[in-house]
Amino acid sequence: MAMSYDRAITVFSPDGHLFQVDYAQEAVKKGSTAVGVRGKNVVVLGVEKKIVAKLQEDRTVRKICSLDDNVFMAFAGLTADARIIVNRARVECQSHRLTVEDPATVEYITRYISSIKQRYTQSNGRRPFGISSLIVGFDFDGTPHLYQTDPSGTYHAWKANAIGRSAKTVREFLEKNYKEDMESDTDTIKLAIRALLEVVQSGGKNIELAIMKRDESMKMLAQEEIEEYVTAIETEKQKKT
Amino acid sequence: MEYLIGIQGQDFVLVAADNIAANSIIQMKQDQDKMFKLSDKILLLCVGEAGDTVQFAEYIQKNIQLYKMRNGYELSPKAAANFTRKNLADYLRSRTPYHVNLLLAGFDETDGPGLYYMDHLSALAKAPFAAHGYGAYLTLSILDRYYRPDLTRDEAVDLLKKCIEELNKRFILNLPSFSVRLIDKEGIHDLEKLMPVGAK
Repeated sequence: MAMSYDRAITVFSPDGHLFQVDYAQEAVKKGSTAVGVRGKNVVVLGVEKKIVAKLQEDRTVRKICSLDDNVFMAFAGLTADARIIVNRARVECQSHRLTVEDPATVEYITRYISSIKQRYTQSNGRRPFGISSLIVGFDFDGTPHLYQTDPSGTYHAWKANAIGRSAKTVREFLEKNYKEDMESDTDTIKLAIRALLEVVQSGGKNIELAIMKRDESMKMLAQEEIEEYVTAIETEKQKKT
Repeated sequence: MEYLIGIQGQDFVLVAADNIAANSIIQMKQDQDKMFKLSDKILLLCVGEAGDTVQFAEYIQKNIQLYKMRNGYELSPKAAANFTRKNLADYLRSRTPYHVNLLLAGFDETDGPGLYYMDHLSALAKAPFAAHGYGAYLTLSILDRYYRPDLTRDEAVDLLKKCIEELNKRFILNLPSFSVRLIDKEGIHDLEKLMPVGAK
């Protein structure tokens, strides 16, 4: 019954679905997990590193992208689609600075990305973008934000969230373990790593993490730093049991 | 009416610009900053047609930042200068050319300090010292006489002071203050504003 309503996406199905958008969300569910946590003074994004072939340089697979000095994002889904969105967002960040002399707020750039995604759900012959993104950063007044967008073009603010494969498991973990107003930066970072460790095989080696503290630029954590956090987390776990 | 000057040393570039924004015979603003920070180690000094200056400089500034966001590293001063020249040249043969004169000063990790002279016809030249404006006619000769490639920072500032004293003495217009900045491997440093007092 649903087959004839998913070729031209400008058409609704009889029960009110936009099937191409739903199928795009399926594509997202196949992508590697990404998790985002908003702390009081730091925002954290972690992604599951895809296992690369032996001969492949793993530096070329970058899933966390800086959009401006105060905003960065991670995505789950079709990498090529993400490249387009990231590029448009970067240009818009500079364009905003050029017109109003102020850096764009996290909400502004999220809204911009979402409206691009929505436009592609309402045009002839175009398919929606197959990505969900987690956008984090600080506004110029110092407030931290975490937003999630999806292929339909909707966006919501979150305190902590996960997208991609096993997103449900990670989100449940975050709901159980998130504490309001986490003052310590280390606790926020540890929460993101612990959440990822739930679903990532073979621990710290397969995690890529980026943090941003207020008034500082994005920092990708080195492999050694991530391993330090992982060891600290394992010691804590053992102490509890 | 407006004046720009740049002096390159062994491991730094010293630049200065006057601070007057004028409209016909009136001084509208006495603390105008004519230097635009393109990146952590590159400054663009821009004078010319009112409006064109800020429009063009800010456009270049944001495009340099966009390059940094897209590629993860900043453009070198040489690349930035050539990018600016190309943009200026493209607009030159359009219906809306920009009438601006520029000095681009920067410090590169590998090539060291660099000073680039660019004019409204989109000529680009790398030079050890350069100046724009009527004041250039009065001060280039002083730079010719006293410039040495191995100037220290203090000597360069003294040379700059000599030039400004000459302007104060012989230039018909009064330019009461100049912004001064220095670029070296640590980045851009603001130096004290130079305010020449009376004629000798």
